[in-house]
Amino acid sequence: MSSRLLNQIGLFFAALVIVSPAILFFLWMISLSLKFEIDNGAYPPILVPEHLAWSNYAKVFEENNFLLYFWNSVLVTGTATLLALLIGVPAGYGIARLKAERSAVVIMIARMTPGLSYLIPLFLLFQWIGILGTLWPQIIIHLVVTVPIVVWVMIGYFETTPMELEEAANIDGASSWQVFRLVALPIAKPGIVVAFILSIIFSWNNFVFGVVLASRETRTLPVAVYNMLSYEQVSWGPLAAAALVVTLPVLVLTLFAQRQIVAGLTAGAVKGG
Amino acid sequence: MSATTPEQAGVTIEAVEGSQPVRLAPNYWPFVVPALVVVGAVIVFPWAFTLWMSVNRWTLGQSRSFAGMENYLRLASDPRFWESLWHTLTYTFLSVVAPMFFGTVAALIFDAKFPLRGLLRGVFVMPMMATPVAVALVWTMMFHPQLGVLNYLLSLIGIPAQEWIFNANTVIPSLVAVETWQWTPLVMLIVLGGLASVPREPFESAEIDGANAWQQFRYLTLPMIAPFLMIAMIIRTIDALKSFDIIYAMTQGGPGTASETINIYLYNTAFSYYDIGYGSAMAVVFFIVIVALSFILLMLRQRSQWIDQEGK
Repeated sequence: MSSRLLNQIGLFFAALVIVSPAILFFLWMISLSLKFEIDNGAYPPILVPEHLAWSNYAKVFEENNFLLYFWNSVLVTGTATLLALLIGVPAGYGIARLKAERSAVVIMIARMTPGLSYLIPLFLLFQWIGILGTLWPQIIIHLVVTVPIVVWVMIGYFETTPMELEEAANIDGASSWQVFRLVALPIAKPGIVVAFILSIIFSWNNFVFGVVLASRETRTLPVAVYNMLSYEQVSWGPLAAAALVVTLPVLVLTLFAQRQIVAGLTAGAVKGG
Repeated sequence: MSATTPEQAGVTIEAVEGSQPVRLAPNYWPFVVPALVVVGAVIVFPWAFTLWMSVNRWTLGQSRSFAGMENYLRLASDPRFWESLWHTLTYTFLSVVAPMFFGTVAALIFDAKFPLRGLLRGVFVMPMMATPVAVALVWTMMFHPQLGVLNYLLSLIGIPAQEWIFNANTVIPSLVAVETWQWTPLVMLIVLGGLASVPREPFESAEIDGANAWQQFRYLTLPMIAPFLMIAMIIRTIDALKSFDIIYAMTQGGPGTASETINIYLYNTAFSYYDIGYGSAMAVVFFIVIVALSFILLMLRQRSQWIDQEGK
């Protein structure tokens, strides 16, 4: 029995070692964001300063317009995710029931395509239509990220839900749409939650689309934090605070929805081959 | 998974209802059409347009003219392109090998049961969910030669200070370290999924036959999770080839062009020099490189006899 206990303690410490780069990184990130300039320049480095610089966070919102950029991020990510669910969930259902493996290949190719190759033509297109100053170009191009994620997760999910109920409803004279809405959709709720969360995270984190398409007023948070680095006087405290503000929402979401994310990524990725 | 296909279901209904007016097998295409339209607009149209632009001489703000294969020939004789291809392949190779190793080790640990496993696994997954640009900025501060915490940590164990991303010789390994830090969790999750599907019985008989832990791993676990390792490797290869955020935010391809991958060179060509035609040709070649490498890996996967273990 005691060797079992020893084994468990050993595994715990092995896990601690392999998790430590993540723990140390985020601790250091928090530390940087809460230190005054003088402490951030100290050698040897200080982990916990005497005086906490909460003002770094105030600066991020007051001097860098982060409230606007936060709202832009919410609008772009929110709209792109909702649109993706609207068209991606039925598509995942259709593909799973049709057993259309080729459609899955299309999704895989979408994953292989570098984001920049969408950007050149769509950038020109948006310029011609004249919507470059609005959020719409970013919302539309984020569909490249969100739709494949949603379709992918939903194919995997609908493939595992039982057909019997749907067949029964079908025999009772329900239309395909009724079967989908009243039978398949309610069962698929957990899958939709997974698709929703993953879509939010990867759309929120996207940088390359915004860096090309966003103007001063339409920046999303990742672009805004990058611009702080290039145009402002670089001072580490506010920069780290800004970085934390950008990534905190997804980190919180990750911790709360850990189980769903793990399930979704494992299943989705495994089907990804 | 249900064994009944929609077609079969349709047949059954006919059999039951005999000569009465019969319901056809449900039509699923309307569910797929909206997605197909969006995919067409946001994915297929850009591709067609890119192909067309790649055979044109076109810098934004100037007039456009047909160029035939000129852009592709220019690419073949562009030393900066070949250099960026080499950077891309080096970066990708290292960014596949390192996460594969650490991810597999992590999966083996997290497959076992121990106290606080759920919490630790949650923290372990956090790097891949963190916003890459934000992560890159903090790593840039940590890599700082004078004030960075990494050189301080090295000094504690007697290793001289490094210049990390600020030196042409160490910039790619340093960027790979960040990429590894961020994407090892994805490999871990995929391999963990594989380990969950491994049956217990062979290990019990191996135990009885006196196989040690390494032999059990080498001859039982490894072959059984091989398909999952292949999948992880393919996904990692695609993602590493396409890596943009981390490199762009930390070095923009520098110092000089020491860390300029195809993706970064492509970005500079299209959106710094506005050379749309040349950039499009580069995008086409880049896509071909990605598809070719993925295809080679997929072929390897097909050849692996363990593919049938997946039951798909």
